[in-house]
Amino acid sequence: MNEAVVMSGSVVMPGGVSAEPGMRVYNQKLGMWVFLTSEIMFFTSLIGAYIILRFGGGAWALPAVPLSEGGSPLNIQLTALNTFLLICSSVTMVKAFASIEHGDQKGLRLFLVLTVLLGATFVGIQIVEYTVLAHEGFLPHCSAELAAVVPSCHLFGSTFYTMTGFHGLHVTIGVLCISWVTVKAFRGGYSKENHGGVEVVGLYWHFVDLVWIILFTIVYLI
Amino acid sequence: MATVEAVAGPVAHAHHEETGFIRRYIFSTDHKVIGIQFLFTCLFFLAVGGLLAMMIRWQLGFPGKPLPGGSGLPDTMAPQGIMLPEFYNALLTMHGTFMVFFAIMPLLVGVYANFLIPLKLGAPDMAFPRLNMASFWVFVLSGIVMLASLFVEGGAAGAGWTAYAPLSAVPEYTGVSLGQQLWIVSIILFAASSLLGSVNYITTVINMRAPGMTLLRMPLSIWSLFITAILALLAVPILAGAVIMLLFDQTIGTTFFLPEGGGQPLLWQHLFWFFGHPEVYILILPAMGIVSDVLANGSRKPIFGYHSMVFAIIAIAFLGWIVWGHHMFQSGMNPLLGTSFMVSTMAIAIPSAIKVFNWLGTMWRGNIQFNTPMLNAIAFVAMFTIGGLSGIFMASNSVDIFIHDTYFIVAHIHYVLFGGSLFAIFAAIYFWFPKMFGRMMNETWGKIHFALTFVLYNLVFFPMHVLGMGGHMRRIYDPTQYDFLQRFQGTNTFISISAFLLFTAQFVFLINFLWSMFKGKKAELNPWRDNGLEWTVPSPAPHGNFAVTPTVYRGPYEFSSPLVEEDFLPQNVPLDGERAGVGAEG
Amino acid sequence: MDWLPTAASTYAADLDRMFYIILVITGIIFVGVEGTLLYFLIKYRGRRGRKAEYIEGSTRAEVIWTVTPAVIVLGLAIASQGVWRDIKDPDRFPADAIEVSVQASQFEWNVTYPGADGVFGTDDDFTRRNQLHVPVGQPVVVHLSSEDVIHSFFVPAFRIKQDVVPGMNGLRAWFEATEVGVFELACAELCGLGHYRMRARVFVHPQDEYELWMAEQS
Repeated sequence: MNEAVVMSGSVVMPGGVSAEPGMRVYNQKLGMWVFLTSEIMFFTSLIGAYIILRFGGGAWALPAVPLSEGGSPLNIQLTALNTFLLICSSVTMVKAFASIEHGDQKGLRLFLVLTVLLGATFVGIQIVEYTVLAHEGFLPHCSAELAAVVPSCHLFGSTFYTMTGFHGLHVTIGVLCISWVTVKAFRGGYSKENHGGVEVVGLYWHFVDLVWIILFTIVYLI
Repeated sequence: MATVEAVAGPVAHAHHEETGFIRRYIFSTDHKVIGIQFLFTCLFFLAVGGLLAMMIRWQLGFPGKPLPGGSGLPDTMAPQGIMLPEFYNALLTMHGTFMVFFAIMPLLVGVYANFLIPLKLGAPDMAFPRLNMASFWVFVLSGIVMLASLFVEGGAAGAGWTAYAPLSAVPEYTGVSLGQQLWIVSIILFAASSLLGSVNYITTVINMRAPGMTLLRMPLSIWSLFITAILALLAVPILAGAVIMLLFDQTIGTTFFLPEGGGQPLLWQHLFWFFGHPEVYILILPAMGIVSDVLANGSRKPIFGYHSMVFAIIAIAFLGWIVWGHHMFQSGMNPLLGTSFMVSTMAIAIPSAIKVFNWLGTMWRGNIQFNTPMLNAIAFVAMFTIGGLSGIFMASNSVDIFIHDTYFIVAHIHYVLFGGSLFAIFAAIYFWFPKMFGRMMNETWGKIHFALTFVLYNLVFFPMHVLGMGGHMRRIYDPTQYDFLQRFQGTNTFISISAFLLFTAQFVFLINFLWSMFKGKKAELNPWRDNGLEWTVPSPAPHGNFAVTPTVYRGPYEFSSPLVEEDFLPQNVPLDGERAGVGAEG
Repeated sequence: MDWLPTAASTYAADLDRMFYIILVITGIIFVGVEGTLLYFLIKYRGRRGRKAEYIEGSTRAEVIWTVTPAVIVLGLAIASQGVWRDIKDPDRFPADAIEVSVQASQFEWNVTYPGADGVFGTDDDFTRRNQLHVPVGQPVVVHLSSEDVIHSFFVPAFRIKQDVVPGMNGLRAWFEATEVGVFELACAELCGLGHYRMRARVFVHPQDEYELWMAEQS
């Protein structure tokens, strides 16, 4: 391959003048940052719609109020646990990256497996949550009984499922990507010098984690 | 005085050639092949959009008369060749959709960002060639879905390319369900394609410039494509989010935009135009950049005020984010917001004016060459000026009360997108054709095509200003329904006949394009005597682009420099002493 | 010039004046720019053996053509603002206006009059389809609502346009007709297959005739 493809450092021009443009970041990492910027805008559209619909409209189902009195149908305890698991998975992701930076293959594999497990558990719990809610009649378009009690029930359902659903989709994709990285790690695909894949997928994973913290706060807590 | 002969480096290929027809021409990862693939695909969609426009013009020019050849259409579109109002609505929706998403935007970005960025920056390819290929094929898929939606039961989407909810969200309101859903699916695919492209363009521009190619030595075409990629990166996901909500409203019972369920129809408009106005600049900024390159070349002079041109591109892109409300002056949003949106909108006139005056400044005391690319670029300046000035009418919130949703708007958008973007696209096609195909397009036929297009285009769109001033609403199937529009029927017929001629004139271009691909005059290395790095590689540009990574010593607009005898000075040619690093500053 | 349709409301002349101010200013710029362009094309047409002058720019020129448009558009914004508020600002709606209610639906305008008591929601309310009757020389406030999709209340002769958005309460527009006659009310926002024929008539009566018409209705 032409060396210009992987050009990332600074080239000193003849005469000693540094004129090499470009950031000192390799393409894949820069590309991921650029991609995540776009993702921010995607979630902004969903969260923005939620904010406009919630605060530009009528009463809203609040978390501290029991469901029978028109409160939020969401199970905060369960999701708090889920949030904790996801944060833990970010920590294990950092650990995985730190391990391979020191050339620790065993650590890399261990923490990657943990990350995958935590991520998959998050998705599992979310599926359980959806199933329970659907059973109660809380759907994107909620049941007539629920609509009679819960204020702005349809909007609550619309925004809740769209935002958390798309986040769940991102987690699922993340779990698949990290699984792939894990398989590669078990085959010895990464080394102290070459572990860009771990870093790039880690960036995505932290982003997904961060989005969840925002969603958990604005959808469940307030 | 130094001389700039023997510009080309050795022409050996540094890259592996991709072998086999399929790898080389179908699933190629070469940015130039992908650019050419985009070119063919988008020209096809441009023709589709044009054909739809002809049908629209038939109905407006000759309301209720059977469409020539329309007897072949099914009864759900045009029984006995007389088109139905719902079919008319589908036509105007699909015309806008095809032209915006599948013709103008990818013709500028898909074709020229792909083709030019690596070549002009001295890179062997894009940062992510395989993502680039994926971007093209997802785009094709998206276009196929959109085309297919024309032929499904219930017809194509009929809520306008802006798809205002609730009209677009509830099938009962239009009688269209599957057509609208396919429209949404297609837009989602389009957004994915655009995202892959943007990530590529941005990464490539930031990371893969040749030594010496500092940001402020980049040609304005690359600057504008770079800024456009950022706009698309940030704006298109907003559209994706919005159409996903629209799809859910249609299919799974959410109520984002439906007042019955507590939703807000205006939320759609805010989201759509928050995407839509940056989108408008996505459609014009690359055209401005391309025209800047061609004008400097054709005037044989440096671009006037390079730095302020770069600044103007950035300013337009930035201001583009805070003006979306001017599409919504009459929408029922708070009238106080109308004021702030008017001020921000008016502010965009300033960088736009800078650009026009700097183009004039570029031609001033030049040595203007009237080749086909230059003629089209000059037409861009002349027509964009009209489109820009007519924009001031609608930026004024009070005048907009009257002209909003009239043909004045239609005239304005076509002066910007056809008179502006499309003329720039023609300029680009003629200009970079030799580097794409190794042959020149025929100049005589190019000039005939230009003259016909320029005259007929103005005959079509200028009278639309008059219609708009008369209060002629847009998107109406039969203007003769209204007493106050009776007096415009002659004008409508005139516009329609001119439009048919304009469409016909494009066959001159088509034939010239196809003929030149195979039979055109063989192109030399640098037929336009330009300074860009793309002209240092053979025509057509080989796989891998540069045999040796070029070193850049100066900006791209050193025409008629007093330092050399020739009237151009390529970016990669060192003058005496520059090898020691003198040329590396600035 | 009669490019604009008949002006038959109090603020139509203000809006038209704004239009023509912009037309004159943009017209001058248009002639200036296109004229300069043509002049340059002829004067600096390419000749063999001649080199263009090497000019990279001029800060002074660029400052001039940055500041001039800025001043012009700022002036236009300020001028436009007054007319805008007169027409659209709810705080400036005339107080002594006649009130009617217009319900838009696919594809008709239903106009409800409050009847003799001047109050909506009472027994003497009556509704007329695709007919809006108003007296000349008296302000009218129109309460707008939509039953289905977005429509737009557009009376070209009065220079008034206001989108009618379903679910949005309290949308209003006002006008005061200055001419007796029959005018057209159009829907200006694509609202479905019958959009093109969503048309009503606005009857502007002299005061006495209007009262007579009102009396006949109840």
